[in-house]
Amino acid sequence: MEEGKVLSNAVQESGAAYGVIHEKFGEAISAFDDNATMPFFEVLDTALWTDIALFMRDHPKLKFNYMACLSGVDYPEAGKLGIVVNLESLGVFNHRIAVKVKCPRDGGSIPSVAGVWHTANWHEREAYDMLGMLFEGHPDMRRILCPDDWEGWPLRKDYKVQESYHGITVPY
Amino acid sequence: MQELDKAGQGSLRLSRKSDTIVVLEKDLSTEQMVLSMGPQHPSTHGVLRLECLTDGEVVTEAEPYLGYLHRCFEKHCEHVDYPAIVPYTDRMDYLAGINSEMAYCVAVEKLLDLEIPRRVEFIRVIVSELNRIASHLVAIGTYAIDLGAFTPFLFCFRDREHILNMLEWATGARMLYNYIWVGGLAYDVPAGFNERVLEFVSYFRPKALELQQLLTENEIFVKRTKGIGIMPADVAINYGWSGPMLRGSGVQWDIRRNDPYSIYPELDFAVPVPDGKLSVVGDCLSRHLVRALEIEESLKIIEQCIDKMPGTEGFDPRAAVPKRVRPKAGEVYGRAENPRGELGFYIQSDGKSTSPLRCKARSSCFVNLSAMKDLSRGQLIPDLVAIIGSLDIVLGEVDR
Repeated sequence: MEEGKVLSNAVQESGAAYGVIHEKFGEAISAFDDNATMPFFEVLDTALWTDIALFMRDHPKLKFNYMACLSGVDYPEAGKLGIVVNLESLGVFNHRIAVKVKCPRDGGSIPSVAGVWHTANWHEREAYDMLGMLFEGHPDMRRILCPDDWEGWPLRKDYKVQESYHGITVPY
Repeated sequence: MQELDKAGQGSLRLSRKSDTIVVLEKDLSTEQMVLSMGPQHPSTHGVLRLECLTDGEVVTEAEPYLGYLHRCFEKHCEHVDYPAIVPYTDRMDYLAGINSEMAYCVAVEKLLDLEIPRRVEFIRVIVSELNRIASHLVAIGTYAIDLGAFTPFLFCFRDREHILNMLEWATGARMLYNYIWVGGLAYDVPAGFNERVLEFVSYFRPKALELQQLLTENEIFVKRTKGIGIMPADVAINYGWSGPMLRGSGVQWDIRRNDPYSIYPELDFAVPVPDGKLSVVGDCLSRHLVRALEIEESLKIIEQCIDKMPGTEGFDPRAAVPKRVRPKAGEVYGRAENPRGELGFYIQSDGKSTSPLRCKARSSCFVNLSAMKDLSRGQLIPDLVAIIGSLDIVLGEVDR
């Protein structure tokens, strides 16, 4: 954190929540990024993501019971894919925080949190459908928006659309 | 149709008598059958396919299949400028275009750290609340028609027409507006708009009451919806439900109140939740009630806005509209309360480009629909129709 920087109340609350998680998981998570628009931290030890998620949901001081959004993101320069998860404590506390988890671009996988928040089920299916990372332990890992036999991962930056699909010319 | 269980296991024949299910015969030999509901089915409100595994009249499992309206919204966003994304958002939830534009602009303005002129904010709130009423009228009208009541549908569409005419006058379009721009508005409202809105409010209040008496207090309607598809509050939160769906489960949560944007903190409005007298908290009737009560709250908001709105002196709706939208590198998650729940946008900017690196729309309908599998388990087929209707999905937003 920069010296003398004034943080808004919302960011301070997120920072306090981060402190609780950092105390428990230490080096497995990155430092807290206290930007004003979306404060976040990154999970460095990907294998621990489900444990962190459960801890965040159930700890009496955190209670992140509501997953607002889970977005799959492509980082072509780093050779990684990732997810950005926006969490908040609905009706209990007032804090919200974003979590980033990354995995290798080729054949990478991220532990699923569909068992922690039900809503993650479809969000993870969508991230898989669009970017092609697998979610370990997901109950129903299928494409959701594209047809099952669609080729490629549309939201990757280097995506080339297939020439034809069941005899229909795709590029227009 | 497909036969799954030829031998047929011992099963029950059930019948619904008043509020309880009565067993008529035991050990009947039935077959499990796969029944595809949709994509062309009036009660699925668009192109949604539900693959139901049925045992007689009972749905043992219903799996939603979506994507029929998938138009790669998020991929398009990566190739057009920030302001050019606004018309795309209209086409997501086409029944509440203005609310979608609002959510997107709230997100981008948060990233840009823009100061919006006060009159712009008031106009934005008035048009989005008008659009909310129009959207709820469609939800209520089509829900009634799903359950076999035709008259309320006509009442709802008659009044929605007045709103669409007003919005057409102000924005130039009936459904796909492109009215709220990043940093401002396309135009100021026409002269005499406020008077016409007030006239509509006084016209519509008795009509809303009439609708209430015709539908909400209708015994057949109550019988079809009360106690059906109950969603407990904690499960609803875990499923990420928002908007009228979450409030129907008794959670008093409204982004306009709990994570306020625009001028909502200055306005006085209630966040209605069912009290459990007329309905069972969390059932289809509760969700319908919340929508019906919200219409009244929206009318209140509109009246207050017109009362407090600054005048037109020296007003330029495009004064704060940036010539070129190029946010600094960073990420934002911005959201607004849509008629169907929380519409959020996750936007990632690299600081160099005039189009986002990644723009993800968190669609409220998509998230609300994801609970369908759990909600439909063990329901009768006619109740399944009641449950889908109460979810009030717009497939344009589910599939994006």
